[in-house]
Amino acid sequence: MNITLNGKSREFSDSITVAAMLAELQLHPQQVAVEVNREIVKRDQFEIHQVNDGDEIEILRFVGGGGKEDNNDR
Amino acid sequence: MIDDSQYIQDEPLKIGNLTLNSRLIVGTGKYKDFEETEKALELSGTEMVTVALRRVDFDADDHLLNHIDPKKYTILPNTAGCYNAEDAVRVCRLGREISNLNLVKLEVLGDPDTLLPNPVETLKALKILVNDGFTVMTYTSDDPVIAKQLEEEGSTAVMPAGAPIGSGQGILNPNNIRIILERAQTPIIVDAGVGTASDVSRAFELGCDAVLLNTGIAGAKDPLRMAVAMKHAAIAGRQAYLAGRIQRKLYANASSPPLDF
Repeated sequence: MNITLNGKSREFSDSITVAAMLAELQLHPQQVAVEVNREIVKRDQFEIHQVNDGDEIEILRFVGGGGKEDNNDR
Repeated sequence: MIDDSQYIQDEPLKIGNLTLNSRLIVGTGKYKDFEETEKALELSGTEMVTVALRRVDFDADDHLLNHIDPKKYTILPNTAGCYNAEDAVRVCRLGREISNLNLVKLEVLGDPDTLLPNPVETLKALKILVNDGFTVMTYTSDDPVIAKQLEEEGSTAVMPAGAPIGSGQGILNPNNIRIILERAQTPIIVDAGVGTASDVSRAFELGCDAVLLNTGIAGAKDPLRMAVAMKHAAIAGRQAYLAGRIQRKLYANASSPPLDF
């Protein structure tokens, strides 16, 4: 199935959970926030929430920044 | 030798139900690498660090949270890069998922050229966040009217800019900061514009409760040395404030008795 992950098209095996997707991406579930189709998926739902074909997923984490002058391409 | 620590006792800074022994809040951006970030934070003595939220870079093999111990530092997610209330609220809610705290630093900017805060969108976001149970520390200009309004709308701390962002000009309008301080019930934290140690001391001498800075340390030629300088500047300024400075006078006032022989 094809999903849009952080703005880019990406293939994943069918019937995968958010937790399985994070594992495949080698991301620590404690260190990221996940949005599926603009809805936050809470950490305790990672194991349960199924990713569907065509989903738009954002996986976010903390980066260095004091605020203000920071922008996306830094 | 007298142990001076008993003469510089201070009460901790309270933000919501948090207590902090250091009155410096430090940003985590613009360092050479994570090793330098880690060292600078430690040397500054800070207990609260602010972070931005961005998309995961799938190619990176290391990232910030590997270098910030949440037991040592309270993590303060910020809404850097947000230009409207909706985006800022979204970032706060996402940040909460990682930090596991309701604490956020709200900043909603007007445009990328001035980087001045947008007070209308800031207030709009603040109301939503307060309603949603967040403890909000709000970035604002040094306008005393807006600062008071943020407090009235439930901002836990109000964070006026000393000078335009990244300008390193220090506190440009100390009179406004003084007016904000006189009328404030919440902690007032100078955020933005700090260029060097004396700017930090100045903020504390005016009576500010804390200072937030990033570029002042990270952008220095020797960031680690500057981190230490900022730590001492915060202590010096705060202690001078608590000690109570002398009045400014127009004429000289001899410190020795007149010659009597």
